[in-house]
Amino acid sequence: MAAIVEIDNLAAAFDANGEPAGSPVFANLDLTIERGEFVTLVGPSGAGKSTLLRIIADLMPARQGNVRKTMQQSAQRRPIAMVFQEARLMPWRRVRDNIAFGLEGLKVDKGERDRRIDDVLRLVGLADYGDRWPYELSGGQRQRVGIARALAVDPDLLLMDEPFGALDAITRQTLQDELLRIWHETGKSVLFVTHDIDEAVYLGDRVLLLGGSPATITQSYDIAAGRPRRRDQEQVTEAVTRVKRGLSQTFEGGAGI
Amino acid sequence: MNSRPLASATGLIVFLAIWEAIARSGLVASTLLPAPSVLPGALISEVSLGFWHAMVIASMEHYLIGLFLGSLLGIACGMAVALFPRVDATQAWLARVLRPIPPLAWIPFAIIWFGVSQSAAAFIISIGIFWINYFAALTAVESVDKELIELSNAFGHRSFFARLVKVILPGAAPGILGGFRAGLGMGWMTVVAAELFGIIGIGSRMMEAAGLLATEVVIVYMLTIAFLYAVSDTLFVRVRDRLLQWQQ
Repeated sequence: MAAIVEIDNLAAAFDANGEPAGSPVFANLDLTIERGEFVTLVGPSGAGKSTLLRIIADLMPARQGNVRKTMQQSAQRRPIAMVFQEARLMPWRRVRDNIAFGLEGLKVDKGERDRRIDDVLRLVGLADYGDRWPYELSGGQRQRVGIARALAVDPDLLLMDEPFGALDAITRQTLQDELLRIWHETGKSVLFVTHDIDEAVYLGDRVLLLGGSPATITQSYDIAAGRPRRRDQEQVTEAVTRVKRGLSQTFEGGAGI
Repeated sequence: MNSRPLASATGLIVFLAIWEAIARSGLVASTLLPAPSVLPGALISEVSLGFWHAMVIASMEHYLIGLFLGSLLGIACGMAVALFPRVDATQAWLARVLRPIPPLAWIPFAIIWFGVSQSAAAFIISIGIFWINYFAALTAVESVDKELIELSNAFGHRSFFARLVKVILPGAAPGILGGFRAGLGMGWMTVVAAELFGIIGIGSRMMEAAGLLATEVVIVYMLTIAFLYAVSDTLFVRVRDRLLQWQQ
């Protein structure tokens, strides 16, 4: 496998709001994501999970260190696409036009644009919802549109910032399963931030713990369970216990989690 | 069903009946309070003499020019202040000084600068409209969701122009249109005052009539203003609802 993102010795002096932070947010942070891999990142609030995603997405500068991205450059695609915790749909655009947002500015003609929008709408199970306004959708449907918008630009890497954090438990499980199906069908690489350890283990090939101040990757767990997985599968539950133990060891005596 | 329109019609009829009764009772002189029943006659006479449409057209002209200039400049300046921190810093005290000056206080300068002319009336009307639109646009742009701006960066729309067209203008539209609507009403309120010092229009005709104690004519023009406001507001609300159909 080839790496799609390699980060060496990263330090950032900005917090998640883009405000300059006094002390560096990260120290000696190394991270590699292989092509096609599903990596989940857990850690306490304020550890810099969102900041890390934003540095990878070029939404924020790094103070030092190297972020190497090996992606195909093309005028028809965007190499990286992001999904946020709040779906962040533009309320003045219908569902289709929200999905088209990332396509505007790419060399994609009208026919191709419509075809892609239809494809991703089908992929997220909203084929009949293209002409709806965002206010007509439920929280889960809105987040599906957010995912569809990211997929429409055909990225190599999907960055997901606690995308299911604001959803109820049942919707969350459904969307986790759908995300795994979509990942399987499209072969995208995913970096998925969450503070839900069950979610991290169920979804990830690898679970990374981010912690410390300044933060770094403190642990990395390979999840042995094959796919498709079941939530109650022994390898899954056992890995959840391991990650939880690792998390409490990392942060015992430290700032509250 | 439909009890609301019925109730408001009843209210209006009761109001007119009490008014008529008081006017006819002889308690007050007819020049102090003309009866509503004389108003249609007064309107017909104003129309047949050609005054009514001449005044309405003249006032409409002042109003539309003032509305156009005041709204355009108000929205442009308000947006510029919200978008560029440097402009914001220069305007903070300037706006604080100029804002509380009522439009009518500008009348002397309007006359010195423009003479007793159409431009003077339009200028006075535009001042009140300017400030309403200015603050509405300023607040509307400042309150555009910062997260949508980050979203726009994340999906490759990073230039100032792309951000303006794709996020800021549509995001600020409800607030800007709200300010425009308030200005629409404010404009009609200043029309009369702006014409009181001799510029031909509804206001000057009201002053003439008042001078002759023809108070029923004054009331005809008061109602004319109300009518013109109602028409412009209704038309605007239609346009706005079309533009903002994405809101719940």
